[in-house]
Amino acid sequence: MNGTFRTCPTTGLRVHSQADALIKANAVVATVTLLIGGIAALLVLLTRWQAVHLLGDQMFYRMLTVHGMNMLIFFILFFEMAVLYFASAVLLNSRVATPKLAWLGFVLMVVGAALVEWMMFAGKADVLFTSYVPLKADPLFYLGIILFAVGAIFVVSIFFATLVIAKREKTYTGSVPLVTFGAATAAIIAVITLGHGAGIYIPTFLWSLDLMNVDPQVYRLVWWGLGHASQQINVAAMVSIWYLLGALTIGSVVLNEKVSRSAFALYVLFISMASAHHLLVDPGFGPTWKVWNTSYAMYLAVLASMIHGFTVPAGLEVGQRLRGYTKGLFEWLKRAPWGDPGFSALVLSVIIFGFIGGITGVTFGTEQINIIAHNTLRIPGHFHATVVGGTALAFMGVTYYVLPLIFRKQVAFWPLAKIQPYIFAVGMLIFSTAMTFAGTFGVPRRHYDITFAGAPFDVQFNPSVDLVMTIMAIGGLIAAVGGAIYILVTVWSVFLGRPMPQEA
Amino acid sequence: MHTGVESPQGVWWKPAHRAERRWVVIAFVWCMVLFAMMPIWHLKGGQNPSGIRAKVEPTAFMARVQEFINAYQVGEEAGIPIVAPPPGSDIYLLAMQYQWRPILRLQKDVEYTLHLSSLDVNHGFSVSPINVNFQVIPGYDYGLRVTPTAVGDFRIICNEFCGIGHHLMLGKVIVEEQGGAQ
Repeated sequence: MNGTFRTCPTTGLRVHSQADALIKANAVVATVTLLIGGIAALLVLLTRWQAVHLLGDQMFYRMLTVHGMNMLIFFILFFEMAVLYFASAVLLNSRVATPKLAWLGFVLMVVGAALVEWMMFAGKADVLFTSYVPLKADPLFYLGIILFAVGAIFVVSIFFATLVIAKREKTYTGSVPLVTFGAATAAIIAVITLGHGAGIYIPTFLWSLDLMNVDPQVYRLVWWGLGHASQQINVAAMVSIWYLLGALTIGSVVLNEKVSRSAFALYVLFISMASAHHLLVDPGFGPTWKVWNTSYAMYLAVLASMIHGFTVPAGLEVGQRLRGYTKGLFEWLKRAPWGDPGFSALVLSVIIFGFIGGITGVTFGTEQINIIAHNTLRIPGHFHATVVGGTALAFMGVTYYVLPLIFRKQVAFWPLAKIQPYIFAVGMLIFSTAMTFAGTFGVPRRHYDITFAGAPFDVQFNPSVDLVMTIMAIGGLIAAVGGAIYILVTVWSVFLGRPMPQEA
Repeated sequence: MHTGVESPQGVWWKPAHRAERRWVVIAFVWCMVLFAMMPIWHLKGGQNPSGIRAKVEPTAFMARVQEFINAYQVGEEAGIPIVAPPPGSDIYLLAMQYQWRPILRLQKDVEYTLHLSSLDVNHGFSVSPINVNFQVIPGYDYGLRVTPTAVGDFRIICNEFCGIGHHLMLGKVIVEEQGGAQ
């Protein structure tokens, strides 16, 4: 399993056949889990939309569990594993370190994910994504997550090993590219995250077998070291992809390596503290602990995002100006390739992540605002803007380059692909904004029936809640159309698409 | 000038452009303002999640709630006891699958110490329609100092998934004028 190299006709990079195959395998599984999670999303949406109220209560909570696990863990992490192989082996012209172990890691992740899916669909794990102890699932559910995490640790280790090999075998000169540097910070955060995952799911697995006890508050503390930190892997990976897409779409430049890399380093140092955001109205912690941690040590991780929020668009502008679009203040923007789904996805991802996701996240992360936001729809309103409008959209954008460069297939249904990022972004924008508004009226998240039919008392929400929830549903449906187009385009291109002209 | 996928050659630790430096300074100052507001709000703000925090055995907490109900029960609704505790006292609310116990009858503008805990799994304490939310965790007594400021009937929604009957878990708090009907 040593593999050979091919030279990419577009970029001139030497691509190791094992890197090619591993990226393809991870990307395909990511798309399958996206499809499962997406169907679950639609079912959940059509149930929370009280006018339709599609599912029964048990099936609603089951599909909500399926949606969370597939989207936040499986889709995102399989895709990020592909990103790690790309940012190490491909960008550095290197071979993949220990391909056998890489495949073992992949198999462990697939087996773990399959075990979790089986338990969820069999109704043995109706505990939602967070699986808060002492709500109990089947031991195999926890075992599946452990196997998945161990597999992911393999892949992350191989990423670091590949960096070492590339350096030793001098496959590149100078320093690693910024995108690889950013991916490395994502990988470091992944080590922190997966450590927390092992730290909580191994005791929980033993607890499910009645072999030990797990304190519910300690569970929440350590679990969020996995649950929130895994979304911080996304942030670092997403920002790396912003720089990658900038480079691929218009040759955007890095203004200053020192500034951009220092910002990535701030993520590594401080962003994992965001786990405390989930514990602001918990009984187990004092105010000093809460304030220090939820501020990410004086907002230094927020500073990092604000720096990237400047350097990415500024890099695009300078890149465009170097290509000759220098007239006036905005010619560079007007003449940008808006019909390139990689470019539009990049711009929309920056806007939704920064202005909707970032601002809601930072404000909810304070003691007083958290009292009026905790466990209401404001919370999923926030993270659908960060993880879906930000990360998933950036991943979609880069897929339109992975298809020709790695799968060596032309993007199918090009006119549809061109408008896909816009449809998805507009849908997510409406969806997450409406969701956030519904939350300000106290509408609970993870709730089957806010009409409270069958409950001992009635509940009167503000009359505008019905309207806001309907707008949310419409936004969600638009986003679902965008998601379906993405899956159609990628699956068709990979399995039925035409090869690239120069390869035919 | 190079892109993010090209290896920078030689020393790249160079001074940043003026525009970039300015932005970093503005962003840093803003972060410090945000951070300063956190302790300031904690000291000057009207509501904080601090309270009294202690560990408690779930069964011991349930026994304490039952004692509380026995002492101050004034009625019953939907099978749940209604309790009218004396002004300024320690009051108790037990979360369990799928009920909030008891119904509390409080007086406006009087401070109580509200003890929240759970008998079984995590629950979410959410007062509707005023939208105030706290996490309720088995084994932990969360003692919050609360002062009702409006008269009326309030609902307590469970907003942490607690099992298949989660959406049926609904409690009630009644706030009356001081010296009103007892």
